[in-house]
Amino acid sequence: MPAIEIRNFSKNYGDIQAVKSINLTIREGELFGLIGPDGAGKTTLMRSICTLLVPDSGSILVDDMDVTNHVAEIRSILGYMPQRFSLYQDLSAEQNLQFFADIFSVPLEEREKRLKELYHFSRLEPFKKRTAGALSGGMKQKLALSCALIHTPNILVLDEPTFGVDPVSRQEFWEILHSIKKEGKTIFVSTAYMDEADQCDRVALMSSGKIVNCDTPDKLKESFKFLLYKLEGDNLRRINEFFKSLPNILNTQLFGDSIHVNFKQNPSEDEWEHWKKETNQVLTNWQRITPSIEDIFLNVEEKTE
Amino acid sequence: MNEAITVKTNQLTRRFGKFVAVDQVSIEVYQKEIFGFLGANGAGKTTMIRMLCGLLKPSDGNGTVAGLDIKTQSEIIKQNIGYMSQKFSLYEDLTISENIEFYGGVYGLSREKIEQKKDELFKQLRLNEYAKKYTRDLPLGIRQRLALGSALLHDPPIIFLDEPTSGVDPKARRGFWDLIYQTAESGKTVFVTTHYMDEAEYCHRISIMQQGKLIALDSPAHLREKYQKKSMQDVFISLVKTEVGGN
Repeated sequence: MPAIEIRNFSKNYGDIQAVKSINLTIREGELFGLIGPDGAGKTTLMRSICTLLVPDSGSILVDDMDVTNHVAEIRSILGYMPQRFSLYQDLSAEQNLQFFADIFSVPLEEREKRLKELYHFSRLEPFKKRTAGALSGGMKQKLALSCALIHTPNILVLDEPTFGVDPVSRQEFWEILHSIKKEGKTIFVSTAYMDEADQCDRVALMSSGKIVNCDTPDKLKESFKFLLYKLEGDNLRRINEFFKSLPNILNTQLFGDSIHVNFKQNPSEDEWEHWKKETNQVLTNWQRITPSIEDIFLNVEEKTE
Repeated sequence: MNEAITVKTNQLTRRFGKFVAVDQVSIEVYQKEIFGFLGANGAGKTTMIRMLCGLLKPSDGNGTVAGLDIKTQSEIIKQNIGYMSQKFSLYEDLTISENIEFYGGVYGLSREKIEQKKDELFKQLRLNEYAKKYTRDLPLGIRQRLALGSALLHDPPIIFLDEPTSGVDPKARRGFWDLIYQTAESGKTVFVTTHYMDEAEYCHRISIMQQGKLIALDSPAHLREKYQKKSMQDVFISLVKTEVGGN
């Protein structure tokens, strides 16, 4: 039985079709990533899974229960971490956890043990008396995750949990997700960081209310049909401008200290040498590379426009 | 760099009770420079920016922004800087156009000047097609462009961007950085914080803060070379982890 089964699900806001008849199956125990541009419908989909929105058509089953008529049952087995804030800023970390434990009626005798476990993985115990508002960004997100886990749900829905989190805390947060997965829990997580998507068992790419691609990160990369090169040099913006204007090019993207260029046809070594000269030697290195999830994201985008 | 210095601090320090949020930080930032400000959550970046914007008095040390003393001339500084916070609240129930008019009014610009700046900014930030839309109906990436526009309305020589691309998708982030480049090329100093390490590479120089102290300051290429790392992500993780471990 799948953890989450989405069939022909649509959701509209007035005239706006936020989600357009999508199908998606999340397996039990899967770490499943959802990526897509702002406004693609990701949050609408997540809120619907969490019984917070009612489908206009189609259905969503969570643990084989329909979101329209099993609201209480679903909420008891599901942990949801919303996109922005979910904590009470003027309550302490511990008070926040107790509050969520109250809401989900976690029995008192179980609470101690649960809090201990959550403090253990989040390493928040030394900060439990601090108000949530005074915690750093990374700690806030760990506390919000802990609150979503307080009632020991089997399925977790996390909407951009690493929003505004620094690289070190982000790494730590994902180590926690991997350990939760090992306990057998299903995790459905959206993110704007493509390196995080790469750590998922499967990834769905959503755009304009539709799922445009869904597979394992490796399969997604294999299906990438463009000729991708990584270029390095001394003045990347200039190199980028130069390659953008060439006819044999689909697109170019800046990638930090390099540029990724998609060619229509594989260029010859002579061509490379020629380009090196034309850019006054600022182009220093080029090599064919396999795409990252970010390349896939950027190129799906191109198609839909 | 041959450009003029626009921001300069000398041993700048800010304490909250016993807690030292910013600890003797000295920097010099130039005109036309994109200056990246990195650090873990809680490292002191926002406190530093608030002092430079004249929103918070330093406990010790001193500094100038656009040649103005941050201790004694904070009111004039506010007219000479633009500030865009990640939490910066645009009015969600106003249209894009109305938001610009509102902020123009706040900055004391005349009606004519507001109209002129609005035309200019809409063109530069590619916002024309959204002018009449309500801010709440627009994706985050577009709202961030509007927030940048609002911060540039009074034509400040220095602009502070606090995590302008957090949560913004990869394509919109690249679009936003094109605008950051344009802004710097037009002669402004851009101070920017980010948690995306590919964006750190786009800065002319990077500073990394850890527990209130400045622990690194150089160009991304020099930092990679100095710490023998392939990427800024690796530089950041190695530096910040080492520092935490050293406590």
